[in-house]
Amino acid sequence: MSHDAHLLTLAGTFFLVLLTQGLWFAYVLGVRAQRRQRKTWHCWRLVSFSVGCGLLVLAFSPPMVEWGHSDLRGHMAQHLLLGMFAPIALMLGAPGTLLLRSLPVTTARRITGLAGTMPVRCLSHPVTALLLDIGGLYVLYLTPLFQLSFNEPALHIWLHVHFVLAGYLFSWSIAGPDPAPHRPGMRLRLAVLFVAIAAHAVLGKLMYAYGFPRDTGLDLAEIEAAAQLMYYGGDLAELILALVFFAGWYRRRRMIEATSEWQTADRRT
Amino acid sequence: MSANLVDARGSLTATIFLGIGLMAAIDEIVFHQILAWHHFFDRSTLAISLLSDGLLHSAELLMLAAGFYLFARLSRHQAVSRPHAWAGLLFGAGGFQLFDGIVDHKVLRLHQVRYVDNLWAYDLAWNGFGVLLLALGYIIWRRARASERKRGVSSL
Repeated sequence: MSHDAHLLTLAGTFFLVLLTQGLWFAYVLGVRAQRRQRKTWHCWRLVSFSVGCGLLVLAFSPPMVEWGHSDLRGHMAQHLLLGMFAPIALMLGAPGTLLLRSLPVTTARRITGLAGTMPVRCLSHPVTALLLDIGGLYVLYLTPLFQLSFNEPALHIWLHVHFVLAGYLFSWSIAGPDPAPHRPGMRLRLAVLFVAIAAHAVLGKLMYAYGFPRDTGLDLAEIEAAAQLMYYGGDLAELILALVFFAGWYRRRRMIEATSEWQTADRRT
Repeated sequence: MSANLVDARGSLTATIFLGIGLMAAIDEIVFHQILAWHHFFDRSTLAISLLSDGLLHSAELLMLAAGFYLFARLSRHQAVSRPHAWAGLLFGAGGFQLFDGIVDHKVLRLHQVRYVDNLWAYDLAWNGFGVLLLALGYIIWRRARASERKRGVSSL
């Protein structure tokens, strides 16, 4: 990578750090407004969102960016933080709920109206999210795109943004706590999550077995180490996502059981 | 109220899930990571085996998470039948061990137990341990069913 391109990449990631901090600040202001209005906003949501922002800043920090450029393992650590761990933490902070609560009612209605339109429903469908997230990884590592991203700073920055957005979209569409009236049922989401975990694991092994990304002049040992990091790191992130998913299922069952118990009690009296 | 009845069948399924998930986790942590006996990838593996390995791996991970919540739900209702839970855990763990030893190691040839000359001894120990767990599970299950019939608790 040329010197200029490298500087441009650093400038781009610096901008992303600022953007992340801006988002965090907006979230904190929103929580403060909720507290002032004496509405509850759980402390752990704030903690989770802050952890998510912290992970993003860590992944965009200069040492991490340098490591990601010089070593495929560094790049993979960045991928795990940006595309898997940070999105789960951000999604658990329920920023969508906070946004809808903080906005004036008419604007909030307009947003929920927009969320009900066909294009947005298609985009936020778990299958679309799966294709964008894991499908994007297949395209990145199995085609020359990976090598290209190191020569084009704009592409490189966009790639990082894509990791975060697609990762967020995916984890939100599977187990997001934000209101989602058009979300498909539990079975379909479980099936999509099943395919996603399998696809991620297979990609990790494919990279290890056949030395992807190819034609990058990378050492085979480096690719093997990076593929293993991807496999096991991805496992941990997906286990967390699965636990969040089943926690939602558990809560729903609990509510159904509680309602049926009240109904029995009503009938007895 | 139905909530306070012991759910024998539920206890068995929840812990079978947990047993499979836990044994898979032990396999990943102990044999892949700590001992490094299993190879991450074996050069003699077929491409199709990679796909089925990915699917099996995904199922194990989801079973671990699902089993955890199924068991949590039973405990909240105080509906765990302890002998059934133990039997299920052993069935899950032993079943996974045997499946891993036969299908993953021998049929799909994903990796071997250890890369040494007398592999057969390792295979025997691996699958023998799986059979032992299954047998123990069966004994506990038989006893649990017998005591269930004696006490007249209906299995749900």
